[in-house]
Amino acid sequence: MSRPLGATIAVLVPLILASLMTGAASIHVLDALSDPWTMLVLMESRLPRTLAVLLTGAALSVAGLLLQALVRNRFVGPDTVGTAESAALGLLVITLMAPASPIWVKICVASLSAMAGTALFVALIRRLPPKEIMLVPITGIVLSGVVGSVVVYIAWQEDLMQYITTWLMVGEFSGVVAGRYEMLWFAGAAAGLAWFAADRFVILSLGEEVATGLGLGTKGVMRFGLAVVAVVSAMVVTTVGMIPFVGLVVPNIVSRVMGDNLRRSLPMVAAAGAALLLSCDLLGRLLRYPFEIPVGTVMGFIGSIIFLYLLYRRPARV
Amino acid sequence: MAPARPGNIRLLGGLSLLLAAASLLWLFQGLGDGNRGFIMQLRAIKLAALITVAAGIGVSTVLFQTVAGNRVLTPSIMGFDSLYVLLQTAMVASFGASGFAAVSDVPKFVMEVAVMCGLAIVLFGTLLGQGTRDIGRTILTGIILGVMFRSGSQLLGRLIDPNEFAVVQAATVANFSRANSTLLPAGAAMCAAGIAVAMWLAPRLDVMALGRDVAVSLGLRFGRMILVTLGLVAVLVSVSTALVGPLSLFGPAAFFGLVVTGIAHGLAQTHRHEVLLPAAALIAANILVIGQTVFERVIGQQAAMPVVIEFAGGLFFLYLLLKGRIR
Repeated sequence: MSRPLGATIAVLVPLILASLMTGAASIHVLDALSDPWTMLVLMESRLPRTLAVLLTGAALSVAGLLLQALVRNRFVGPDTVGTAESAALGLLVITLMAPASPIWVKICVASLSAMAGTALFVALIRRLPPKEIMLVPITGIVLSGVVGSVVVYIAWQEDLMQYITTWLMVGEFSGVVAGRYEMLWFAGAAAGLAWFAADRFVILSLGEEVATGLGLGTKGVMRFGLAVVAVVSAMVVTTVGMIPFVGLVVPNIVSRVMGDNLRRSLPMVAAAGAALLLSCDLLGRLLRYPFEIPVGTVMGFIGSIIFLYLLYRRPARV
Repeated sequence: MAPARPGNIRLLGGLSLLLAAASLLWLFQGLGDGNRGFIMQLRAIKLAALITVAAGIGVSTVLFQTVAGNRVLTPSIMGFDSLYVLLQTAMVASFGASGFAAVSDVPKFVMEVAVMCGLAIVLFGTLLGQGTRDIGRTILTGIILGVMFRSGSQLLGRLIDPNEFAVVQAATVANFSRANSTLLPAGAAMCAAGIAVAMWLAPRLDVMALGRDVAVSLGLRFGRMILVTLGLVAVLVSVSTALVGPLSLFGPAAFFGLVVTGIAHGLAQTHRHEVLLPAAALIAANILVIGQTVFERVIGQQAAMPVVIEFAGGLFFLYLLLKGRIR
C-alpha cells in the first residue's frame, strides 16, 4: 500500500467513527451490543448514512478520474459535462410517462439517459480543435446548461419544480436511512469495476492514435468508461441529488501527488473522495447542530479553498 | 484612429434598427383603450431596465474577456455575480433584516457598488494580473471561485435567521418586474457612464488585448489598465445584478454574457473594441427585449425566459463553437 493511501485510510477510520456517533440522538457506539435502541439507531440510520457518503464520495471521484482520462482534460467532472442533468432528464421523462413504474426501471432510464448525454459531450468535443484545452470544460458547462434548461422547462410546465430541485440543486444525505440508499452500492460496484480496466484507460488517455497503435480497442474502452460515469451519476442523482465538485477536485489533487498511473492512484482517488465528502458531511451536521447544512454547500466552500491552495502552492502540472 | 469598416457600420446600424423596432413593438403592441398613459409608463420603465441590464452584461463580458485574455471566460463563470449575492447575504447577516431594510435604496446601492469594486479589484486583479500565461490554471481558478462564492452565500444563508434569509432571497432572485423605478435612474446613469468610459478606452483596450508583453512594449501601463477595466466590470455587473438579480436560474452557467460575446465576435469579425462593445450591448438588448416580448405577450409566461435564453443561447453557442467561429 502506498504511503498516501495509508495516510488517507488512517484519516478515514476516525471520520467513520465520528460519523457513527454524530446525530440528533446521542448514542455511544460501544453500547450497541448491550442496548437494542442504540443498535437500532446505528443500523437503521447512522450506518446507512455513513456508507452512503463513503460510496458517493468514492464513486464520484473515480467517475471524475475516468471522465478526465476519456476526454484527456483535467477541468471536467461528472457534474460539469451534463451527465447529472441528463440523468435528471431521463428520470423526469419516465416519471411523467410512467409514474407507476418501479424504481429500478426509473434508474435504468436515468442511467441510459445519462450515458447518452455524456456520449453527446464526448462527440461534441471531438470536433473541437485539439489544442484548445479550455474549450472542453466550457463546452461541458454550456451543454449542462442546455440540458438543465430543458429539465427546468418541462418541470415548470408540469408543476414539478419541487420534485427536480432535490436532484439538481445541492445534494444532501439527511434523508438517508436503511432502505433509501442501497442503489449507491451499484455506483460503488461500477467504480470498482473501473479498477480492472485501469491500464486501458491510461493507454486511452494517450490519445486515440497511440492507443490504437498499441492494439487497444478504443471504442470498447470508451463505452465502458462512459457506462461507469453514467451509472455512478444516475445512482447518485436519484438517491441523494448531485454533489458538485468532488469528481473534479479529488482526481486533480491526487494526480498532483501521485501522477497518472491509474491502477495505483485509483484506490487513492476513491479513498480521498470518500474522506473529503465524509468530513464535509460531518461538518455540515455539526455547524448548526442539531440542524443540518447540505454537504454540497459545505463542500463547495471548503473544497474550493483547499483546491485553490493546492493549485497555487505547487508548480502547475495540469 | 482608423475609420471603422463599412461592414461594421452596417452591423451596428442594423442592430440599432432592430432594437428600435423591438422597443416600439414592446411599447405599443396590444395597447388597448384603457389607461394608455399608465400602461405606457410601466412598459417604458421595464424597457429601460431591460436595455440597461443587457448593455451592462454585454459590455462587462467583453471587457472581462479582454482582461482575462480569453474568449470563453465571463464575469458570471468567474463568480462575479455570485460575489454580489454573497455580499448581499453578508450584509443582511451582519446588519440584520431590519438594519438592511432601513438603509434607503440609492445610498445602499452606491455603497454596494463601491464594495464590489474594491473586492473585485483585489481578488481578480491578483489572480488575472499576475499570470494569464497559465490559461488552464486561470480558468480552473475562476470556476472554483464561482463555486466558492455560491456555496459561501448558501452556507451563510443556512446559518442566518429564516426571516433574514427571506430578505436575502427577495433581493437576489432575477425578476424584471422588480426593476425598481427609484433605483433605475441611478443604475442607468452608472451603466451609461461605465459604457462611455469603456468606449473612451477602446483603443487602449485593443492594445491590452494583444497580451501583457506586447502591450507593455507598446507603452501601455498594463497593471493600471487591468485595475481600471476590472473596476468598470464591477460597476456594470453590480448595476445589472442590483436592478434585476442574477440572470441565471441555477448552476454555474449564467452564460448569457458568453452567448452575447460569442455572437458579437461571430457577427463583427473584428478585434476592435469600438465595434465589439456597442455590438455586444445591442445584441444583448435585442435578445432581452425580443425575448421578453415573446414571453410576456405571446406565450404569457414571464418566468420561463431565463430558461429559454439558456437553452437557445446555449445551442447557438455550441453551434458557433463547432463551426470554429469561437476561439
